[in-house]
Amino acid sequence: MRRLYSILIAMMLLAPAHPPRAAADDAVNPDADFKAFRDYFTKTFAKVPLDDFVNGPYSMDAELRKQWQAIDDFPPYDFAVERGKEMFATPFKNGKTYGDCFANKGIGIRQNYPYFDDNSGEIITLELALNRCREANGEAPYSYVKDEMASLTAYMAFTSRGKLFDIKIPNDPRARAAYENGKRYFYTRRGQLNFSCASCHVQNPGNHIRTEVLAPALGIVAGMPIYRSEWNGMGTMSRRLVTCNSQTRAVPLTPQDEDYRDVEYYLTFMANGLPVSGPAARP
Amino acid sequence: MRPGRKAAAAGVLFLGATLAQSAYAQTPAGQALAFDRAKGNCLTCHDIEGGNAPGNVGPPLADMKRRFPDRKELAAVIFDETRRNPQTVMPPFGRNLILTKDEIESIVDFLYTR
Ligand code: HEC
Ligand code: HEC
Repeated sequence: MRRLYSILIAMMLLAPAHPPRAAADDAVNPDADFKAFRDYFTKTFAKVPLDDFVNGPYSMDAELRKQWQAIDDFPPYDFAVERGKEMFATPFKNGKTYGDCFANKGIGIRQNYPYFDDNSGEIITLELALNRCREANGEAPYSYVKDEMASLTAYMAFTSRGKLFDIKIPNDPRARAAYENGKRYFYTRRGQLNFSCASCHVQNPGNHIRTEVLAPALGIVAGMPIYRSEWNGMGTMSRRLVTCNSQTRAVPLTPQDEDYRDVEYYLTFMANGLPVSGPAARP
Repeated sequence: MRPGRKAAAAGVLFLGATLAQSAYAQTPAGQALAFDRAKGNCLTCHDIEGGNAPGNVGPPLADMKRRFPDRKELAAVIFDETRRNPQTVMPPFGRNLILTKDEIESIVDFLYTR
């Protein structure tokens, strides 16, 4: 509450109630957005060290952080990392492996996802790339919200820990349109309760929704995938987006819908320069 | 919880019993609507005496009669707070048909006991 008014003022600068539609490509300015976004979070939460934003709700709440440190000796996502590692090592029926689909055999590359693919003109997230890899090798795709996908991404994130996000928005109108669409999705209110993603993760980080501490939008993608005690298991980025939409009585999209991929592109670009922290554990 | 709030609330309840019977009868309904997760779910964001596990996105709702002497104004906040503050995160309960006008009135009755 103390912060509310300064937050609201910053919000108006960041996201005008009626953002001008980006009709022309030159209206899209990711670098200026990046600076305004970063300034907003580092000023509003001046005591939080920049790299700590990748720890989501823990960066906002000392009490929660203590509980986290207590469990982190036996991280509950370890089983998923182990399983993902095994899956990575096991060849498909055609003898190829996941590693064959990725740069550097898939090790230490999480920080480059999602990226803009200039062949297809679309945003490729890590989850999408994994299923495309399976399909290209004659295997059925996995559910985006279940354990197999979470295990694969947990392993890939684990091998990338500490690497700095490095998302590029090439000077291609399709890449800029995807970025702008992700940004629009993030700040647009929807559903009966009239929330945007920003209502919770920009206007209210550190505040409590019931007992949950809201994570800041800066670095919010860095910990994915996450183990949540409340889920009693792992959750992918897809699962989290669907959950945030349904909990606010908005109609969730299909996992890996273009809007979801674009919002992930937008948020991960905003995390550029911050370290990969996933997989992570949440209360 | 501020000291003295309990006593004040008890006083209001006692008065309620001796005042207009309808208002007294409505109080529990308003509380149920305010606390129900499928209805007001006000505790998600507001601390209200008598409710469990409140959030703190909005201010605690206490001392309401003094702070909102005009009940129309209080109902208007619940109906659609975006009219007062376009940037608010408080859902527009009336405008978006989450609560009917009658339900909002009964929540106002309840809030006046807090
Ligand atoms: C009414 C509140 C609300 C809205 C609106 C909302 N979320 Fe969330 N979100 C939460 C809560 C509660 C959590 C779990 C606690 C936390 O980590 O923030 C969460 C968690 C997340 C996380 C995981 C963060 C972490 O480190 O564990 C991501 C990513 C996320 N939300 C993205 C979004 C996006 C994108 C949108 C819009 C499509 C959105 N949220 C809309 C409440 C909300
Ligand atoms: C998602 C969050 C949220 C929910 C749910 C919510 N509110 Fe609010 N409410 C706020 C915020 C934030 C404010 C601060 C004022 C603003 O944002 O304009 C507020 C302000 C108020 C105020 C004005 C308080 C003051 O001191 O000025 C009242 C009264 C109020 N809310 C009542 C309710 C009632 C009754 C419900 C449930 C039916 C409810 N609220 C549900 C977020 C919420």
